[in-house]
Amino acid sequence: MLNVALPKGRLGEKVYGMFARAGFECPALMENTRKLIFDNETKGVRYFWVKPSDVAIYVERGAADVGVAGKDILLEYRPAVYELLDLNVGRCRMAVAAPEGFQDNLNRTLRVATKFSRIARDHYASVGRDIDIIHLNGSIEIAPILGLSDVIVDIVETGTTLRENHLAVIEEIVPISARLIANKSGFKFKTEQIERLCGEIRKEVEAL
Amino acid sequence: MLIDDRVLSEQERIGFRLRALYADNGYERYRMSKFEEYDLYSRNKDFLFSEGVITFTDTNGRLMALKPDVTLSIVKNGRDTPGLVKKLYYHENVYRVSTAADGFREQTQVGLECTGAVDAACVAEALRLAAESLKLCSDQFVLEISHLGILSAFVDAIAPGEKVREAILACAGEKNLHGISRVCRENGLTEGAEQGLVKLLGLYGSPRAVMPKIRTLAEEYGVEDCAAQLGQAVAQFTGGEMEDRIRIDFSATGDLKYYNGIAFKGFISGIPASVLSGGQYDALMRKMGRKDHAIGFAVFLDLLERLE
Repeated sequence: MLNVALPKGRLGEKVYGMFARAGFECPALMENTRKLIFDNETKGVRYFWVKPSDVAIYVERGAADVGVAGKDILLEYRPAVYELLDLNVGRCRMAVAAPEGFQDNLNRTLRVATKFSRIARDHYASVGRDIDIIHLNGSIEIAPILGLSDVIVDIVETGTTLRENHLAVIEEIVPISARLIANKSGFKFKTEQIERLCGEIRKEVEAL
Repeated sequence: MLIDDRVLSEQERIGFRLRALYADNGYERYRMSKFEEYDLYSRNKDFLFSEGVITFTDTNGRLMALKPDVTLSIVKNGRDTPGLVKKLYYHENVYRVSTAADGFREQTQVGLECTGAVDAACVAEALRLAAESLKLCSDQFVLEISHLGILSAFVDAIAPGEKVREAILACAGEKNLHGISRVCRENGLTEGAEQGLVKLLGLYGSPRAVMPKIRTLAEEYGVEDCAAQLGQAVAQFTGGEMEDRIRIDFSATGDLKYYNGIAFKGFISGIPASVLSGGQYDALMRKMGRKDHAIGFAVFLDLLERLE
């Protein structure tokens, strides 16, 4: 049995659709129930929904053999997992945004508000810019408006929220999408099952 | 006095069995002092499994460290033995930063180091003992083996700069083939330049199935000698009881500043991370002014807690 951790929410449902079309369906998963774990023994899969940011933890710790996590989470938490496939869904970008007309003053430490401290720190270290990280857990866009930060580092999908708050992307850091990840040890002992799953899902990705 | 081994935990029992295995194979016990000068570790930070070392100032004013690693100490305290082989094993506690504990943690390791005139026979012996060490822990194990000489030749063929090379090697360790293509694309490398490496990383499985393909690929990249070394190192398992537990897998990487040649990792079913890690580290020896060759591995006993 292959244990699969899926991210709760719209992205997870979309990803499950790919798994189902690839031949790993488990209809009970989409029923409105309070169940947490869903088996399809004939297909050899067991699914469970978890918080998107927790998928990588379930996989790294071996509670799930495979899972689907955003590249943003993988870059931020660097779990020791295999990244087998780019699913090409949930596409967005990690970017630096600032109030319209912002000019960086290199004589001052740049104040950066973000949920993704490590990604922001690595990005600015790579360009040698001294920064002050302000770690926030949500509503990042409000930080530069209230003068809490100069810029923000965050996920940008359509850019609507930024525009509505008179912010603009000034730099793109990295493109983001959902990735199929696998536990390193689990991969050794369930190689064929994971490869078969990966192969079938790859066909789905190519058909997108 | 006889000790009733029922009082021992499974980890302790395995630790003692491993010591007996290494002693029976001619390895001598190495005991390291709890403290080493901090300078040793600060100069070789990348070699350590984790960042961060517990330091304190000794009574004579020297900055000391509570040992985060055993191999560095063995390399530092050893002397070159031209023409001879020095075989040591250890059973030590090390102090490392653990992300799981969100702080420092004491970890127990049993391992061995073979230095000096290390030849193909020594490499084969280290691999055999690694496999036997895993078998002592559980019948459900996998020992994955790669050759960093082959891997680095394939990476060199596509990546000119240090930074790109590092990014590609990181992707290789994650079996992240789409990531390798992306790094190549972003750095303006010729389209398809990564195909050889992608093919190499796609070759994992039993030596019997994979070695013929590796030999063919290695010829194209001029690393037939490395493929021959790898073939020789794994040949001992052919037809043996552990054959189906051995895999070739080039995602078993190591920091090329320190490691070269054969690299390997051991996994046990039900334990989510590798419980054994090792390889040849001639590059570390050179960095520390030693002329000897070296190979070794460590078993992380703490991870075996789950076996109980």
